[in-house]
Parts: sequence; structure tokens; C-alpha cells
Amino acid sequence: MTNLRRRWEYFRDLILVLTQKEIAVRYQSTWFGYLWSLAHPLAFALLYSIVFGVFMRVQIPHYALFLIAGLFPWQWLANSLTISSRVFLGNAALLKKVAFPRHALVVSMVLNDCFHFLISIPVVLIFLLYYGFAPSWAWLWGVPALCLLEALTAYGIALFIASLNLFFRDLERLVVLGTTALFFLTPIAFSESMIPGRYRTALLYLNPVSPLIVLWRELFLHGRLSLPLLAAGCFYAAAAWLAGTVVYGKLQWKFAEVV
Amino acid sequence: MSAIVFEEVTKSYPCYQRALRGLKGSLLHLPSILSGFKKDRFLALDQVSFTIRAGESLGIVGANGSGKSTALAIIAGVLRPQLGRVLVRGRIGPLLELGAGFHPELSGRQNILLNGVLLGLSRKEVQAKEAEIIAFSEIEPFLDQPLRTFSTGMIARLGFSVAVHVDPEILLIDETLSVGDFNFQEKCRRKIAEFKRRGTTIVMVSHALQEVQDLCDRVLWLHRGRLVAQGEPSEILHRYQAASGPRA
Repeated sequence: MTNLRRRWEYFRDLILVLTQKEIAVRYQSTWFGYLWSLAHPLAFALLYSIVFGVFMRVQIPHYALFLIAGLFPWQWLANSLTISSRVFLGNAALLKKVAFPRHALVVSMVLNDCFHFLISIPVVLIFLLYYGFAPSWAWLWGVPALCLLEALTAYGIALFIASLNLFFRDLERLVVLGTTALFFLTPIAFSESMIPGRYRTALLYLNPVSPLIVLWRELFLHGRLSLPLLAAGCFYAAAAWLAGTVVYGKLQWKFAEVV
Repeated sequence: MSAIVFEEVTKSYPCYQRALRGLKGSLLHLPSILSGFKKDRFLALDQVSFTIRAGESLGIVGANGSGKSTALAIIAGVLRPQLGRVLVRGRIGPLLELGAGFHPELSGRQNILLNGVLLGLSRKEVQAKEAEIIAFSEIEPFLDQPLRTFSTGMIARLGFSVAVHVDPEILLIDETLSVGDFNFQEKCRRKIAEFKRRGTTIVMVSHALQEVQDLCDRVLWLHRGRLVAQGEPSEILHRYQAASGPRA
């Protein structure tokens, strides 16, 4: 019992130190670390609102706000997925020598992106207020709940990719492609009501990240969470976690051989 | 009491260069790879058995590719053998390759915490030992600078200092004694001798035979994954040298 507790406390310390390191590195190396990290999604929001809102005349009210409410949570997911293929590869020397719990590297990477997402929520708030909306009390429990869902989803997929990429090195190219494809197949720049009826259910429920992104946007804009989407989000979070954990569990004993 | 027991330990590697040709190659050659996994295997350790008593210092010698590092990795718990039984009792302290687990953008101080935790200490334990680690490394004036500004020798000093303060019960040394300048090397040797006096089990892989001779109570000689001989250092090292022979 005490042994289990000590191991848990050690794991917690490890995650904490690794996450602190990630955050410190992210914001230390550049002067305007925080601003730079906001600049990326904001630049895309600007670009999309010009291309889709002005040129293609997407009929969504408050389009900039709509975009940002979906882009920020998407950015977290996309970041975690893109970096994941390098997580184990980039720590080769360590994996070969030290028997620390390796998935801690993935956990801390996801938490770093989560932290970054959380500190960008004030920007969503600014846009919300600018367009004359107010934040809802539902944020108080909705934000932690969706953070948990997204963390599980990102962790599961990232662990899956990070482990497999040691064995199939060109997986990381597929990941870049896949992330871009996923962006266009997820209702971020368009709303789910714009999808023709016969594709709508498929795009909303067969795409593992659609429920999550739509949930975030609904929460930010209207302060509500749809139950069917929440159920789907939970299902995909659990499935991603399971897939990642199983693959990692099977392969981790070969990491030191191939890395 | 024995600290480490290897019983008929066998470890082979698939020839990954085939599997690692990438996703497309793997898919195209899936059948040949699956059968290749079974056939083309490189035997790194072939039914190797030995026991290391608690407090003993053991040296492992052998030509390149004889399985020394594989044995060390199995003791460290990063690899699992295919066959055989391995028993390891006690906290492992690996001496890392130069700066493994360090981050260049973080300061020396932040890296002490990072490395200490990766090596198995809790945050409190690292904090309690920080002063000692810093004193041992002798690089205090630079400690709040980012690690990328450190010289190679300074990084080695810091790495070694953290590793020896993990208080391992089993110290693993893989060719890492030649760090830093002459003075620091001497200091490392004294530290390792001190470990030995205090009853720490030491496993050392090295080509520096004089070092092995000086430090170890017993020597294992591996050749192509098989245990050729084990016993008293001067005898085994003599035979090993004779077998490798100065052919030139």
C-alpha cells in the first residue's frame, strides 16, 4: 500500500517537473512567448475569416468569434498530435538508459498544450464581450469537463502515434497530412448545419474529434452542452485512451531496441 | 544476498533495418518481414547466467557487439529478455551518457531537478540534495545560465554529480568515467571508490581494462553473446587480452 502510494507520488512529481520544463521552455526562449503562441491561432482566424467570411461569404453570424471558439481547442489537439511523433524519438538517449515511466513524456506534452489553451481562453472572452455576449456560469464545470475529455483524447492518440512512430518512422508524415485532413473534416471553419443532411451525422459522429470541437464552441458561444455530443465525446476519449495504452503497453519493451 | 541474478538469459534483436524501411516498405513486404522477425535475429545474449552479490563490484568486458550494453540495459530495466529469468534487488542508478535528459534551454539548476526526477528521485529528495550536487559539480557560478552556454566538460560534471547523488544501491557504469578534466576524473574515481566502501553494488562495462582491474572484485567476459569466463579480474583480463591479442 505504502509502496503504491510512493509510486503514485513519484509519478505525480515526474509529471509536474516534466510539464514545468515544457512550459518553461516554451515561454522562456522567446521574449513574447505568450503573445507569439496566441499569434498563431489568431493569424489563422484572421485568414479564415477573410477567405471564408469575406470571399466565400459563409453565412454565420459573428464569424470571427465562431472561428476562434473552435480554433483554440483545435489548436491544442493539433499541436499535441503533430509533436507526438517526436516525443519518444527526441529522448532516445534517455529511453535507452533509464527505466522511468515513458508515457509521462506524453502526459506532460499534452498538459503543456492544455495549459497553453487555458491561458488563451481570455482571448475568447474578449471576442465574446466585443460581440455583445457574456460568458455563462456553465463554463465553471463545462471547461474542466471538456478539458478532461480533450486531454484524454489527445493523450490517447498521441501515445498511439508516439509509440508506433518508433517502428514506422514515416508515420509522422502521415500525421501531418492527417491533421490537415482532420481540420477540414471537422466543423471548425463551417458550422454543422451547413453540412448536407446525409453527411451530417457521419461527419459529426464518425469523426472522433468533431463532437469535442462542437462541444467547445457551443459551450463558449451559448453556454450549453449537447448530451448526444457529450456521449460521443466520452466514447472517443475512452477509445483513444484505450488504443494508446494498449499499443504503448505492447511496444514499450522494444523502445530501447529501436529508438 | 544476491543483488542481481541472471538465469539463462537470452535476448535477440530482430534485424530492424528491414522493418524500418518505412510504412510503405513494411506494407509491401509484410509477409517477408513477419517471417524475417522469426528468422533473422541477432543473438545479443545467449543463455547467460551469473549472479552478483550485494556490495560486489563486477566488470563486464568483451569486444564490441558482445552483449555488454544489452546486459546493462536488462539490469536497468529498459529491455526485457526473451527467455530466462532476471532478478534485480535495489534502486538502480545509471550513469548517463553525456547530458542525456538535459534540456539546453533550461538553466543548470532547473536541469538538476529535471534529471534527478527522471533518475527516480522525488522533488523533495532532489531539493534536499541540491546543495550537495552543486558543490560536487564545482560549477556554481554558471548554474543559472542556460545549459546551452555550458562547455561539454561542464555538462558532464553536472550529469555525473546528479547521477551519483541518486544514492543508488546498484550503480551502472557504461564507459562514462572519462568525463571532465583530470581533476574531475580523479574526483569521480574517488566517489566511486567511496560507493564501493559503503557497500553499493557496482556493474561496470568498460574497455579501459586498467580501470576494471582497479575497481572490480570480479570480471565477466562476454563474446558474441555468450559468457566465456568469469572470475578473478587479473586472471580473466589476462586471458581476454591474450585472446584479443595485439595482432599488429
